[in-house]
Amino acid sequence: MSLALIVMLPFVGAVLPALLGRAGSTASALAAFSVSLVAFVLLLSHAPAVFDGDVVQAGWVWLPGLGLNANLFLDGLGFLFAVLILGIGLLIIAYTRFYLPKRDSGSRFHAYLLLFQGAMLGIVLSDNVLLLLIFWELTSLSSFLLIGYSKHLPEARQGARMALAVTTAGGLSMIAGMLILGDIAGSFDLTVILQQRDQIHASPHYLPALLLILGGCFTKSAQFPFHFWLPHAMAAPTPVSAYLHSATMVKAGVFLLARLWPVLSGTDAWFYVVATTGLATMLIGAVVALFEDELKALLAFSTISHLGLVVMLFGFGTPLAAVAGVFHILNHATFKAALFMTAGIIDHEVGSRDIRQLGGLATLMPVTATLATLAAASMAGVPLLNGFLSKEMMLDAAARTQWAGQGWAVPLVATVAAMFSVAYSFRYLVHVFFVRRHERYAKRLKDPSAGLWLPPLVLVAIAVLIGLFPAALAGPLVATAAAAVVGGPLPEYELALWHGATPALAMSVFALAAGLFLLSRHARLREAWQAVPHPQAKPMFDAAIAGSVAFCRQVTADVHNGSLRRYLAFLVGSAVFIGDVGFFSGSHAAGVRETLPATPVAIVAWLLLVGCCTVVLVLQRQRVLALVSVGVIGLIVAFAFLYLSAPDLALTQIGVEVVTVVLMLLALNVLPKTTPAESGRVRGLRDATLAVLAGLGSGGAAWAVMTRDVETLSGYYLERALPEGGGANVVNVILVDFRGFDTFGEIIVLGIAALTVFALLDGAQRLFVRTARLEEALSPRARDRRPLMLAVVARIMLPLALVVAAYIFLRGHHAPGGGFVAGLIVAIALIMQYIAGGAAWAEQRLGPDHHVVIGAGVLVAAATGVGAWVVGHPFLTSAFGHVAVPLLGVVEFSSAMAFDAGVFLTVVGAVMLILATFGRIDRRDPQPAPAPTPPTPRLPDARRQEG
Amino acid sequence: MEFLVATAVGMLTATGVYLLLRARSFPVVLGLALLSYAVNVFLFAAGRLAVDLPPVIRAGGDYTDPLPQALVLTAIVISFGMTAVVVVMAARAYVESGSDRVDDEPGGNGDGGDR
Repeated sequence: MSLALIVMLPFVGAVLPALLGRAGSTASALAAFSVSLVAFVLLLSHAPAVFDGDVVQAGWVWLPGLGLNANLFLDGLGFLFAVLILGIGLLIIAYTRFYLPKRDSGSRFHAYLLLFQGAMLGIVLSDNVLLLLIFWELTSLSSFLLIGYSKHLPEARQGARMALAVTTAGGLSMIAGMLILGDIAGSFDLTVILQQRDQIHASPHYLPALLLILGGCFTKSAQFPFHFWLPHAMAAPTPVSAYLHSATMVKAGVFLLARLWPVLSGTDAWFYVVATTGLATMLIGAVVALFEDELKALLAFSTISHLGLVVMLFGFGTPLAAVAGVFHILNHATFKAALFMTAGIIDHEVGSRDIRQLGGLATLMPVTATLATLAAASMAGVPLLNGFLSKEMMLDAAARTQWAGQGWAVPLVATVAAMFSVAYSFRYLVHVFFVRRHERYAKRLKDPSAGLWLPPLVLVAIAVLIGLFPAALAGPLVATAAAAVVGGPLPEYELALWHGATPALAMSVFALAAGLFLLSRHARLREAWQAVPHPQAKPMFDAAIAGSVAFCRQVTADVHNGSLRRYLAFLVGSAVFIGDVGFFSGSHAAGVRETLPATPVAIVAWLLLVGCCTVVLVLQRQRVLALVSVGVIGLIVAFAFLYLSAPDLALTQIGVEVVTVVLMLLALNVLPKTTPAESGRVRGLRDATLAVLAGLGSGGAAWAVMTRDVETLSGYYLERALPEGGGANVVNVILVDFRGFDTFGEIIVLGIAALTVFALLDGAQRLFVRTARLEEALSPRARDRRPLMLAVVARIMLPLALVVAAYIFLRGHHAPGGGFVAGLIVAIALIMQYIAGGAAWAEQRLGPDHHVVIGAGVLVAAATGVGAWVVGHPFLTSAFGHVAVPLLGVVEFSSAMAFDAGVFLTVVGAVMLILATFGRIDRRDPQPAPAPTPPTPRLPDARRQEG
Repeated sequence: MEFLVATAVGMLTATGVYLLLRARSFPVVLGLALLSYAVNVFLFAAGRLAVDLPPVIRAGGDYTDPLPQALVLTAIVISFGMTAVVVVMAARAYVESGSDRVDDEPGGNGDGGDR
C-alpha cells in the first residue's frame, strides 16, 4: 500500500504548490518539500526489508484483458533509484527556493517538479511494463514542461520541443519493444518477464524487441547519435538540469538497461550494440565537452559521456561490470548534481556561464570554489573521491573486455575518454576558479546565501565520504542494487581505494597525467578543433522537422483539397471496392431460403418507389419537387415496414418523415429553390457509374442476406420480453430494457444534435434576414395571411393529438407505440401550432423552453437507470408490477415506462428545438411584428428563383 | 418479395449516392436522406422478411426478428437529428458565404479527373 502512496504522493501533492502560488515562494517550496519528504520517509521505512534482499510488492488488477496491472515492486535497484530521485529531489527543491528570481513564486515550477518526480518514481517502482511505459511517457511530458519553463525564451521552447520529439519517438519505439517482449514472455509483469531469460533469448523476436527497447533507452539516456537533445535542454533553469539531466531522467534509460539486464544481456547483439554505443558516446561526449565554453553545455556533454560509460558497463554483460555500473550511477548523481548547482551559483551571482568571461573566482567565492573543486575532482577521477572508485572499476572491466577478438580496443578508447574527462573536469575548475582574469567583474562578487550552497555541500560531502569509506557507506546499497540487476549471486569484488598495482591503476594514472597535459595545451587544441567542421545537431534536426512538416502539408493538401464531392466519391468508391473484394474472394452458393410471393400491393408500392426515384433523379434541379418525391419515398418505406410486420418502424418512419419534410421546406425557405446545371458530362458519368455500382452492391448484398437462413438472437428476446421485461411489444422492450443503455446514448445524441442546430442558428438571425431581403428583392414573394382554416383545424387537433400520443405512449410496452412515436406525434401537433398560428403566437402559449425539455428527458432517463443502483441492480435494470386503478382496472407500471418517458421528452424537446429555431429565422424582423400583419413563417412555394 | 426489397434498396442507394455527389448542398442533403432509407431498409431486411408476424407477444404466435427493428427504430430518429444538423449547416453556410456549393474550389468540378 505504501508503495502506491510513494508514487501517488508527488502527483497528488503537485496540487499544493500550484495552489500556494499567492502565498509566496517559501510556502510553495515548503509544500513541495514536505510532499517529497513524506514520500522519502515512506521509502526509507522499506529499507530494512530491501537490504534483507526482500522484494516489496503491491498491486491491483486494473485491465486484466490487456495484461495491464497496477503492480508495483521495490527491490534493490528500484530502491537505489528511488533514493536518488527523492533525496536529490529534496535538495533541488531547497536550492530552487533560493535560485529562482524574486518575482517568481515557484509554484508552477514545484508543481511540474513534483509531477516529474512522481513519474520517475513510477518508472523505477513499476512491476508491469505497460504501467512503466505510461510513467515513461509522463516523464517526457513533465520534462517538456520543465525544460520549457522559461517560456518567454525561444531557446527554452525549442529545446523543450526537441527533447520531447526525441524522447517520445524513443518512447514509441520502446512501446513496440515492450509489447514484443511481453508477448514472448507471456506476461507484462516484470517479475514474470525476468524469469524467462532462456525463452526470450531463444525467441526469433528477441532482436527486434531488443533494438526497439534500446531505441527508447538510448534516446532517453542521450546516447550517440540521439544525444543532441541534451545540450539543448540546458535552456532549462539550472535546478532542472541538476535534477533531470544529471541525476534522474537521463538515467531512466540506464535504469531500464539495468532492469532488463537479466533477460536481455549476455548475447552478442546486446554486447555489440550496447557496449559499442556506450563506448562511442563516452568518447564523443568527453571530447566535445572539452571544447564547450558554456558551463552547462560542458556539463551536458560530460553527462552524455558518463551515461555512455554506464551504458557500456551494462553492455559488457558481466556481473562485475554491472556492479561498477550501479556504483557509477550513484557516484555520478552526487558529483554531477553538485556541479550543476555550482554552475547555477555562478550564473546566479556573476550573470554569465561563459568560461571565457570567467576566471579567478576562487578568491571571490571560496565556498563555491571548494565545492566545485571537490566535485570536479571526483568527476575527473582523482583518488579519495567517489568518482575515482567507479572509474577505476570501469577501467578494470574495460581491460578485461575483448571487442571482436581484439583485447586492446576497448581499454584504449576508455583510457582516451578518461583522459578527456580529466581535461574537461579540470578545465571547469581551473579556467573558472583559478586562472586570473585581466578585467574586473562589473559587480562585487561573493558567495551566495547558504540556501544555494548547502544542497551541493550535502552532495559533495557524500561524494567525499563514499570516496573515503566506500565499503562502509555505499557497500550495502550497491550490493543490494547490483544483486537486483544481476538477478543472482554477485561475484567477488571489493569497493576499496587500493586494489594493488593493477592495469586499471596504470590506465587511471596515465589518464590523469595526459588529461592535465591536454588542458595545458587547450588553447592550441581549441584552434585545431575549430578548424575542422563539426556537424551541428540543431540545424539538422530543424531541417528534418521542416522537411517532414512540408511533406505532411503536401500530402494533406493533395488528399484534403477541399472538395467534398471528391471525398465522398473516394468514400463510396472504397466501400464498393472493399465490398467487391470481400464478395468475390470467397465462393458462394445460391441462397436457398424460400422467398415470399410478391403481392400486387407490394408491386404497386415498388413501382411507385421506382417512379419517385426516377423523378428525383431527372427533376432534381427543381428542389421542391425533388423534396416532395423524397417525402413520398419515405412514406413508401413506412408502408413497407408496416406490410413486413414492423408496425413500430412504420409509425416512427411516418412521424420522422413529416418532421423531416417540414425541416427541409424550412431550409428551402433560405436556400435557392433550384440547382443550376454545372457538372460536366464526364463528372456526371463518373457519378452515375459510382451510383450504379453502389446500388448493385447494396441491392445484391440485401438479396444475398434475405435468401439465406441464419441463426439469430431473436429467440432470446422473444422468450424473455414478457417474463423479464414485462412487455409484449418486443421491439419496445428491447429499446427501453434490454438495450436501454444504447437508447440512452441515442437520446443524448439527439439532444446534442438539437443543441447544435440551435447553436448554428442562434445569433445568426441577422445574416438570414439579410439574405432573405436580398432574395426578396430578386423575387418578391406573396405575403399570404395565415390560412384561417389551418389555424382552426390545428387548434382543434391539438388536444386530440395529445390524447392519441398519450395512448400510443401508454400502450407502447405491449402494442406498437412507445416514447419515440409518442414524442414525434406531440412534436408534430405542436409544430402545427407554429405553422398555423405563427412562432410568436405559439411561443407565448407554449410553456417551457425546449432546452429544458431535452435536459429533463435525459435526466429522467438517467434517473431511472440510477434508480436501479439504489436497489442494488446494475444501471437501467427494470422492474415492473401491476396496480389496480379505479375505472381503468389493473394497470401495469414499470420502471421502463419512466425511461420511455425520458425518451419521449427528449424527442419532443429535440424536434421542437430544431424546427422552432429554424422556423424563427424566417421572420423578416428580429422583433415580433404587431398582430394584424404578423410575419409569416409559411411554407415556401415552388416558385423558381431567377438569376 | 425479397427481390422487390433488394432492388428497392439498390435503387435507393444508387439515387442517394448520385445525389450525394452533386455540387450543391441541398441535393447532397436529399441524397443523404435517401441513403439512410436504404441503410435502414437493408438493416431491417437483415432480420428476413415476414408478413403478418409482428414481434408483439400473443397467444401461440410466430414472430419476425425484433432486434433489427429495434436498431432501425433508433436509427430513424437519429438520422432525423443528423439530417437536421446537416441541413442547418447548409443553410448557415449559404447565408454566410452566399454560395451553396459543397466544394472549396472555384467552378465546383474538374477536380480529381476520372476515376
